[in-house]
Amino acid sequence: MKEILVDEVAAKKYKRKSIIAFIVFFALIALAWTGWKWLVNQPRDNGIRGGIQKPLRKVLDLNEEVYSGLYSTKHLIKEYPRSAAAKKARVNGDVGLGPDLFDPAAWRLQIVKAGGDTLFLTLDDIKKLPKIDVVFNFKCIEGWSQITWWSGVRFSELAKKYGLDVETQMKYIGMNTPDEQYYVGVDMPSMMQPQTILCYELNGKPLPMNQGYPLRLIIPVKYGVKHLKRIGTISFSNTRPPDYWAEKGYDYYTGL
Amino acid sequence: MAVKVIYKHTIATRWMHWINFPVLTIMIWSGMLIYWANDIYQIKIGNSVLIKFFPEWFYTKLHIPYRLSEGMAFHFVFMWLFIINGLLYVTYTGVSGEWRYLLPKKGAFKESWQVLLHDLHIRKTAPPQSKYNAAQRVAYTMIIIMGFGSLITGLAIYKPVQVQWLMTLCGGYEAARLEHFILTVGYVLFFLIHILQVIKAGWNNFRAMVAGFEVIKENKNAQNK
Repeated sequence: MKEILVDEVAAKKYKRKSIIAFIVFFALIALAWTGWKWLVNQPRDNGIRGGIQKPLRKVLDLNEEVYSGLYSTKHLIKEYPRSAAAKKARVNGDVGLGPDLFDPAAWRLQIVKAGGDTLFLTLDDIKKLPKIDVVFNFKCIEGWSQITWWSGVRFSELAKKYGLDVETQMKYIGMNTPDEQYYVGVDMPSMMQPQTILCYELNGKPLPMNQGYPLRLIIPVKYGVKHLKRIGTISFSNTRPPDYWAEKGYDYYTGL
Repeated sequence: MAVKVIYKHTIATRWMHWINFPVLTIMIWSGMLIYWANDIYQIKIGNSVLIKFFPEWFYTKLHIPYRLSEGMAFHFVFMWLFIINGLLYVTYTGVSGEWRYLLPKKGAFKESWQVLLHDLHIRKTAPPQSKYNAAQRVAYTMIIIMGFGSLITGLAIYKPVQVQWLMTLCGGYEAARLEHFILTVGYVLFFLIHILQVIKAGWNNFRAMVAGFEVIKENKNAQNK
């Protein structure tokens, strides 16, 4: 700490300096407050960029650039023994699961190919692919988590079997429930991660209705909001497909 | 009659201190918007809840409910400012040599105890000090370690798959979330004591954090600091 001794005349100079410092201090507070008000009053976008102030959305998009740069399909989530899984998986959210518009017998997984053709797959078609287990700590965007045991087929395997090479070169995948009430968009690298499965069993039994019977997405590198229940249609795109929660102000990427 | 001018805080320290204040406030506020969506923490003695984080009136008063998406957006935007400001501060403190005033010395905890007793008017004399007393050194070093802890635990909750090793280091996903929360409670406690101490220390001390210097009239005999 530097100390100096000054006479009373010079001391006046320090009084003036103090006053100026405080004027600047209060001016900066006012500026910060104005900046804050500006930010919270910024207009909100529509669609998948909706729900939050535009500048915030811009930063979230930049965050996505940072994280997708760090992302690797080789980063696997920790898996647990089956015995560690909860006997009762928590149920959160029933959008898109309305019983009226769903006929289990008529259900087909529809995959809209790049050329416009649609594949219609039955659950038995899907079950012909190798079945794998994913027992992992499922994380909800609300902040809770639960170790749960899911089984199904790797999306990447299904894509290979049905020759979706062109499609999986695209940037995004979009999924809808059969009634189109719930829909998500997921970036392709997360979709092709080997623990991302089209899941038809929970705890070794067929998915219950409230967990998205007959087929749901399990994608451990994302929060639960992306784990769409009861997949109706799958499509591909180079632009972001609509996303139910992103429209309500959540981050589009939500990568873990 | 002479006047002594003591240059106490450099301009860099002052900027970083005052930037941190609103940024940390926004981080804590947006953190509460996020926490609300799964507000499971409480302090219990036996079966009776001593403190629930947080009671309903608290949420209502601060307009916290049903703002998770907004909370996440603000949190993941302002975290950059919090991180950058914190790293700049640590770098600056290291390079400028200011750390000499800030790191606790040998016997810091014993001396901090004496400072505490003095501040509570139990002990008459305070131990001798330079810029900061032993208790301040402990507190200001602690708070930087806590900031680092928030960064680590925050990143562990935020990207638990991409930086799984960090999450494991924190003792798991749930543990990291709890640690992140406890650190925040720590900031609030720090803030409360800090404010009390600033009020107690008086005008000259506060001016130094704004203007940089203290002004002391020398003709008064012993400066009772």
